[in-house]
Amino acid sequence: MSALTDDTLPANPRAMREEMIVFAAMAVLLAAVPLSGIYPFFVMQALCFALLACAFNLLIGYGGLLSFGHAMFLGSAGYFTAHALKEWHLAPELAIIVGVAGAAVLAVITGYISIRRQGIYFSMITLALSQLLYFIYLQAPFTHGEDGIQGIPQGYLFGFINLSRPTVLYYVVLAGFLGGFLLIYRTINSPFGEVLKSIRENEQRAISLGYKTDQYKLLAFILSGTLAGFAGSLKVFVAQNASLTDVHWTMSGEIVLMTLVGGLGTIFGPVVGAFIIIAMQQYLAGFGQWVLVIQGVIFVACVLAFRRGIVGEIAHYFRRSL
Amino acid sequence: MQALYAQLLVGLINGSFYALLSLGLAVIFGMLNIINFAHGALYMMGAFCAYFLLDLAGIGYWWALIIAPIAVGIFGMILERTMLQWLSGLDHLYGLLLTFGIALIVQGIFQNYFGSSGLPYAIPDYPKIFGFNGLQGGMNLGFMFLPIYRGWVVVFSLVVCLATWYLIEKTQLGAYLRAATENPTLVRAFGINVPRMITLTYGLGVGLAALAGVLSAPINQVRPLMGADLIIVVFAVVVIGGMGSIMGSIITGFALGVIEGLTKYFYPEASNTVVFVLMVLVLLVKPTGLTGRAA
Repeated sequence: MSALTDDTLPANPRAMREEMIVFAAMAVLLAAVPLSGIYPFFVMQALCFALLACAFNLLIGYGGLLSFGHAMFLGSAGYFTAHALKEWHLAPELAIIVGVAGAAVLAVITGYISIRRQGIYFSMITLALSQLLYFIYLQAPFTHGEDGIQGIPQGYLFGFINLSRPTVLYYVVLAGFLGGFLLIYRTINSPFGEVLKSIRENEQRAISLGYKTDQYKLLAFILSGTLAGFAGSLKVFVAQNASLTDVHWTMSGEIVLMTLVGGLGTIFGPVVGAFIIIAMQQYLAGFGQWVLVIQGVIFVACVLAFRRGIVGEIAHYFRRSL
Repeated sequence: MQALYAQLLVGLINGSFYALLSLGLAVIFGMLNIINFAHGALYMMGAFCAYFLLDLAGIGYWWALIIAPIAVGIFGMILERTMLQWLSGLDHLYGLLLTFGIALIVQGIFQNYFGSSGLPYAIPDYPKIFGFNGLQGGMNLGFMFLPIYRGWVVVFSLVVCLATWYLIEKTQLGAYLRAATENPTLVRAFGINVPRMITLTYGLGVGLAALAGVLSAPINQVRPLMGADLIIVVFAVVVIGGMGSIMGSIITGFALGVIEGLTKYFYPEASNTVVFVLMVLVLLVKPTGLTGRAA
């Protein structure tokens, strides 16, 4: 049915070895960032979005489900973590657990509702659900509406890691990103991931083979939403605020855009895409609404001429799965 | 009671817009297999078109009601010819992503030049017949005061919706259209130019959106983001009603508008969310939507 990633080669030991080499190179490169003099705030922010895009990609790239509401996990987990830190004065690790658990519960509920329809309806339902949450957060007292939760204390992770020091925070965020990335990578290459791919390619046939595809899709949705929530919780420590921007549909659109630019259904694509889009926003911040126009143009260009995305094109050229 | 009737009327008006927009989405989806995310942006363009006609050329409301849908419809047909047609045969989601990109571009450009605030558009004060001052003013119905323009929007939208239903369900052209939805290859073999029909269908759907935009200009003001949030509500309407039936879209649109209006009266806090909550309930009870077939 879907032909998202017609070039994806089946997993084999050699491909996995190459992927691990690329992963190691990426990890070393990212670990060296604080030594290079690059502003760590920018990279930390990009890492949060990279994890978010990877989580989103798990759903679209391997399950064929286009969620247009993934911002709800980012924003909700952000709100929960921020509230736990600021109002309940919880330790960072507990606040992260609160945020991630909240996102997981949300994913169970929204996943149960949205997987009842397929294809285009699924996208519309996830979008509508995230808009529903947006309005709830707009009115709920604990989110402070338009102001958002600001001035969030970063605290000491496990009681001794001082998160208010940028370099320390950077490595914590990096560890979180790499951990999340490996979890997604493991999922994709597990028997569960294989079934997911078969659902993407031909759901009817997967059903005829005896798989309860709804359960697989729901599980993928929960995993994706939970990891997206983890990204949202980490982002709270970086940005030190939680606001409505992170729940708005424009954010959901940006997540889609990052993944599309990097390459839907590629392993490293969402990371590349996230860095590109965040860098673009950083440099074009002075141009006001033109950023939206440029994002729109990138959407159109990607869909019309560049559907494999950057990493997808490279992988296609070298006939590799990246 | 006055307030209840007033909210009911507001609900009917919003319902008119939901009906016109979801109708257009359903028609487009039937032929192109695309969910037109740009629908809200094109609705906004319709309103701006009316604004420009009045502001720059002195052309008033009644002409705008004809010119704006045609102009925006032509713009839509150009979009279909230059971009959307290349997506046929690809996964549905690419159509959604492409039209989302188009919506961002259009809304971004308008936001750049007009900011986020609203531009006023006056209710027309002509023709002056039968003691009416155009569509301005109102009349006392005994149980409530009815602003004439609001009544006009509801009646006119209903007429347009029913005319579209008639066109698609009861005419020769509509029969071709429905046939091409079912089996384009076969219809093509009969010598009917299906690609042109697809383009015209997209133009029709977009024209309906632009018409809704013109109708809403005097009520909601003309804003670059007027369609951005609306389209998400309309998506929920479409999920509730299903896109299988034209009449289903019309009825669902009006009904949800009325329910929203009632919510504004009885429990205003939930008026933003009631349509989404209803969507959730419908999905839990009847996943295929009220009139939809399995998709």
